[in-house]
Amino acid sequence: MIYLLLFWEFFVIGALSFGGGYAVLPLIEQNIVEKQAWISATEFVDLLTISEMTPGPIAINAATYAGNRVAGIPGGIVATLGVVAPSLIIVLLLAYLYKRYKELPVIQRLITGLRPAIVALIASAGMTILLTAFFGTEPASLSNLNWMAVSIFAISFYILEKFNADPIKIIIFTGILGGIIYTAFPAL
Amino acid sequence: MNKEISYWNLFRHTFHLSAFTFGGGYVIVPLMKKRFVDDLNWLKEDEMMNLIALSQSAPGPIAVNSSIIVGYNLLGAPGALAATLGTVLPPLLIMTVVSYIYLAIRDNALVQNVMRGMQAGIAAIIVNVVWKLARGVLKTKNARLIAVMIISLIAAIFFNVNVIYLLLFAAIVALISHFMSNDSGVKS
Repeated sequence: MIYLLLFWEFFVIGALSFGGGYAVLPLIEQNIVEKQAWISATEFVDLLTISEMTPGPIAINAATYAGNRVAGIPGGIVATLGVVAPSLIIVLLLAYLYKRYKELPVIQRLITGLRPAIVALIASAGMTILLTAFFGTEPASLSNLNWMAVSIFAISFYILEKFNADPIKIIIFTGILGGIIYTAFPAL
Repeated sequence: MNKEISYWNLFRHTFHLSAFTFGGGYVIVPLMKKRFVDDLNWLKEDEMMNLIALSQSAPGPIAVNSSIIVGYNLLGAPGALAATLGTVLPPLLIMTVVSYIYLAIRDNALVQNVMRGMQAGIAAIIVNVVWKLARGVLKTKNARLIAVMIISLIAAIFFNVNVIYLLLFAAIVALISHFMSNDSGVKS
């Protein structure tokens, strides 16, 4: 039955995607494109492009997209439930254990010890986005630097740092700015 | 703003944040910090970062895992479900529509221009939150935490080391220091 198969394939992807984001791509490629052939290799590349244009995790975007292709709207829902189910089970278990044992000194030490690694992970995600914003797909060099992007970045950073602005407002503001500037001046 | 911690408010806020999580999973961290810590006072920043760090040791999308663990902490297992639903619905709804009109989206110049503008804004949001979090770690004046952060930064940015290894590394260092000494790593 197609719904069970959709649920299961995406359940496996959810359960194996440690590290989120791009770590999940090879899993989707192997299981959904090659093994099940639910979407083509071209669609997979398009899916990545579109995932960057729409909000939400790539794994959920892929599940919703492939599910809809294979079995319509119910297929999209079932595949999405599948990809989220392992997170629900494992994170709930971790959350329960943490709530129960968080007063233990060893757990306190462990959790505070993870913090610096999380800073590094967010920094590395930030670096990827920063390079894409400043240089597009070109190699990073001064001649490829997009000065408009640098200006938008600098203004946004100033507003965030100075006024503790809501990041969602920055996202909307820079989106509108990009839509106006890059459409009016395609050469930028 | 209605600051009551209820299932509906939890769902509403996670839905709103998820609808703006462009540019990859870690963008949810500054969005959640602003909303749940600064605006609603539902959590302390330290507590939220601890929860997010813990949830990253499970597989699955960052935004989903973060929502589950924050939801559980606020309102137990039903809270985790409300937060998951809020996080999953925006990409599910958007991708369902997009899966039928994806060529129109992919090749739309205006959408691409809006995205280019947003990328620079999102980069600023991430750099801003990394800067704030890193300052927090530096302020602890704890040599172990600072060393783990610098090593993780280098490993993540220059060597693309997978998340799970960085977390393992940080956890092992924390455990060793816990059992070998009495340094002040408990408080941050």
